[in-house]
Amino acid sequence: MTTITEVKPPTSGGGSKARASTRGERAVEPLIFEKSVPGQRAVDLPPLDVPQAELPDELLGAPVELPEVGQHDVMVHYTHLSNRNFSVDGNFYPLGSCTMKHNPRINEWAAALPGFASLHPLQDDTQIQGALRLLYEVRCFLEEISGLDEVSLQPAAGAHGEYTALKIIRAYFKDHGQPQRHLVLAPDNAHGTNPASCAMCGCDVVQVKTVHGHTDLDDLRRIINEHGADNVAAFMITNPNTAGLFDSKIAEAADIMHDAGAKLYLDGANMNAILGKTRPGDFGADIMHFNTHKTFSTPHGCGGPGAGPIAVRNELAPYLPIPQVVMADDGSFSLDRDRPKTIGKVRSFVGQFGVLVRCWAYISACGPEGLRNIAEKSVLSANYLAVRLRRVYEMPFFDPEHGRFCAHEFVTVPKRLLDKGVSLNDIAKRMIDYDVHPPTMHWPVHDCLMVEPTETESKRTLDRFVAVMLQIAQEIENDPASLAQAPTDAVISRADEVAAARNPQLVWDR
Amino acid sequence: MDYTQITSEQQAAMLDAIGVEDIDDLFSALPEQIRFGELLDLPPARSELELQRELADMAAHNHGPHDMVCFMGGGAYDHFYPVLIDQLISRGEFLTAYTPYQAEASQGSLQAFFEFQTQIARLTALDIANASMYEGATAVAEAVLMAVNSSGKRRVLAASTLNPDYLAVLRTYLDELPLELIELPAVEGRVTADAVRRQMDDDTAAVVVQSPNIWGLIEDWNGCFGAAHEKDKTAAIAVFNPMACALLKKPGECGADIAAGEGQPLGVPLSFGGPYIGLFAATKDFVRRMPGRLIGRTIDADGRPAYCLTLQTREQHIRGAKATSNICTNQGLLALRATMYMTVLGKEGLRETAQQCYHKAHYLAGRIAELDGYGMKFDGPFFNEFCVTCPKDVTEIIEAAKRRRILAGIAPHGRRMGRIGEPNDLLIAVTEKRTKHEMDALVDVLQEVGE
Ligand SMILES: Cc1ncc(COP(=O)(O)O)c(C=O)c1O
Repeated sequence: MTTITEVKPPTSGGGSKARASTRGERAVEPLIFEKSVPGQRAVDLPPLDVPQAELPDELLGAPVELPEVGQHDVMVHYTHLSNRNFSVDGNFYPLGSCTMKHNPRINEWAAALPGFASLHPLQDDTQIQGALRLLYEVRCFLEEISGLDEVSLQPAAGAHGEYTALKIIRAYFKDHGQPQRHLVLAPDNAHGTNPASCAMCGCDVVQVKTVHGHTDLDDLRRIINEHGADNVAAFMITNPNTAGLFDSKIAEAADIMHDAGAKLYLDGANMNAILGKTRPGDFGADIMHFNTHKTFSTPHGCGGPGAGPIAVRNELAPYLPIPQVVMADDGSFSLDRDRPKTIGKVRSFVGQFGVLVRCWAYISACGPEGLRNIAEKSVLSANYLAVRLRRVYEMPFFDPEHGRFCAHEFVTVPKRLLDKGVSLNDIAKRMIDYDVHPPTMHWPVHDCLMVEPTETESKRTLDRFVAVMLQIAQEIENDPASLAQAPTDAVISRADEVAAARNPQLVWDR
Repeated sequence: MDYTQITSEQQAAMLDAIGVEDIDDLFSALPEQIRFGELLDLPPARSELELQRELADMAAHNHGPHDMVCFMGGGAYDHFYPVLIDQLISRGEFLTAYTPYQAEASQGSLQAFFEFQTQIARLTALDIANASMYEGATAVAEAVLMAVNSSGKRRVLAASTLNPDYLAVLRTYLDELPLELIELPAVEGRVTADAVRRQMDDDTAAVVVQSPNIWGLIEDWNGCFGAAHEKDKTAAIAVFNPMACALLKKPGECGADIAAGEGQPLGVPLSFGGPYIGLFAATKDFVRRMPGRLIGRTIDADGRPAYCLTLQTREQHIRGAKATSNICTNQGLLALRATMYMTVLGKEGLRETAQQCYHKAHYLAGRIAELDGYGMKFDGPFFNEFCVTCPKDVTEIIEAAKRRRILAGIAPHGRRMGRIGEPNDLLIAVTEKRTKHEMDALVDVLQEVGE
């Protein structure tokens, strides 16, 4: 077993990207509009086989100025663009809270099967029994994994799941004569979507303090007392939390909420760390969302599509959005719209079906032992990286000597390095030169990196990452100013984001 | 196969480095009472070969546009897309990247999204577009919320001829907020400028009109939006079909301030309703109010063109409860798909596609209207979808067509469509994929069943 302890500095090449090595001489990829040649086409259509109908002038619009490019140049354009991207396939991509794990290709194959990919969303249930069965099985898988009673597969992403879940909580309380419960509590390190989803539901958010990354339960009690238990709808918490820690007091938090007559909402973004090790329903969560694009390896696709299924306890189930996929006694499947207490529809049709096919394929490949192994290996990998880096990169919440391990990710605030006069951005941009995608930055605390390696990376990759991070630290020791130039080896040098925001140019106007 | 790669030997070494003996030591923060001691009750792991068999078997239990002729629409359409698109979109560099937070490591997706935004702005004849919403219905709801939040007004007028799913989602999105949703009645399947005018007041934030509407009819955007603009700061929201925009008047050509719609017609597989892509465009007045990701063109440190996420202070990760929307993960890969589709089809190809949809739909409508007992439900102009009245309950007709491997259309009276029509109505959509032969076959079925 070899351990990588050294990495070559980036200027000596290496990495898979096609690059020009001298600053300022990098190739610029022209826009597709700049490649347009009037009259060019990449594809043709069969001739019209019916007579032309009349088309009144007043209905007719001007032609749309789309690019005109031949097929080969289209191929070249997007191939070039693809070469200008980091990806899980090409790079270590330890983006914290995003679970950038390997994306098995059988999942892609499955979603593209014509018997799935071609189905029209309004077809009769009798024609689509295979698709409904698959959805029903995903529902059952997630019910079991969550330890909760009923799952809705409809939400399009995590934030949409949050929104849907909060609507359900509100509907439940209205139905139980408590419409005044409009406060949602969330830790001060909550993901931004949590408060944003509350606002869209007309709920007010109250921040709960965290101490050493953990929710301060005294503050939680204080807030409930101060605002009146009767006004509180829910507490939204992530577990493992956004500081990368298992919340050992989660069950106590659940009790506090239940005593107040309120609900515990679990943001399931970090489910990867607890698959098969503990279940939200077992630690007191009443309702939660999953992120299939994190935990269940549906590809992130440059920012979606994901899916954000939600799971609820029985008492909340009547309010789930319609339609719901159900199985009848005779083993047939259908879409049920008879839910008088439903919150209604939260999107058109039935959900991110193609994403859920991938989710089925993934869970089925892993099986129960595999899912538990995923949690263990993701936690092992994160702790291994943390232990190897913490002498140089300080970790406020990580203290293995005292039994304080991290979950599947860890947070570092590299204060000593920053004190040498570099910015966090300098460190992140330098990582790009070493072919590593920078971790999540400035969240959950300022000036931090949140590193999530996931379970699918090899030890070799983890060791190389350690070597990269230590080398960057060494560079900072030697010549901190040099990092301001980073990245020196990417397809562009540092993008001027301030200028972009000052004078936004969102479309090509030539 | 769980796709992990760490061997037990490596695991032992790693645990040793961490200073613990057992992997469960790392989970010590989970109290015993909440640990899950058993195995999850899930089917056992299967090999890829077994999964291929099972999945192929489940897929084989479905019938649909892959083995039938599809005349179904209602917000999702069976358009053609070239193989090239599947090939390009499958590249791992696109498939397995995430939101382009790090500009220097994401120029490929950023530039493609910038091109997408440009194409959508041109398609809608508006100034700006974002990098995608979840799908059509939520895009419409977010458009309304943007209009409400930027005007401070509280009444929303929505055409009753919106896709029923869009109306339903709009109801869900508005009902918890101190807002009023009013549905504009239709005359002959379309809303009128007069209906808008009757409901307009100083507190009206938005007028929402979909064209082609749920009946396939082309609405009077010009008239309705003109009526909306008689009041100050009332936003005209056009709900659009991008394929129709390639041929007919675009939202911006008819006075819309905001355009929202379902992007599925742009090369996105039907895939039983998702993943699709919400399209969102607006005039530049809304630039700091837009929901979702925006990509901007800028320069790098050497002064060369570069692309990055911009105006992020609108977004949830910075603004929290005051963000313009809660959306985070959007439909990135579908935006890439749509931009590839628009590029591959190109200026002429997309217009020709839309023309074929128009001519073919009119051919079929003409033939059906000639049949005994059949007629057009409405007289208004349509694009590629239209409603016919049948001599009997349409479920019988749909069943008969199925036996000929034809998906004849949608019953607007059905539960799934919110029971908007009559039991004898049939909503038929025609794309460029349908041949004269296939359309004639549908006409034959209708004739036989109608007798
Ligand atoms: C903790 C947490 N909650 C919620 C979300 C939102 O999920 P999505 O991006 O799928 O909407 C994320 C993901 O970015 C997250 O990390």
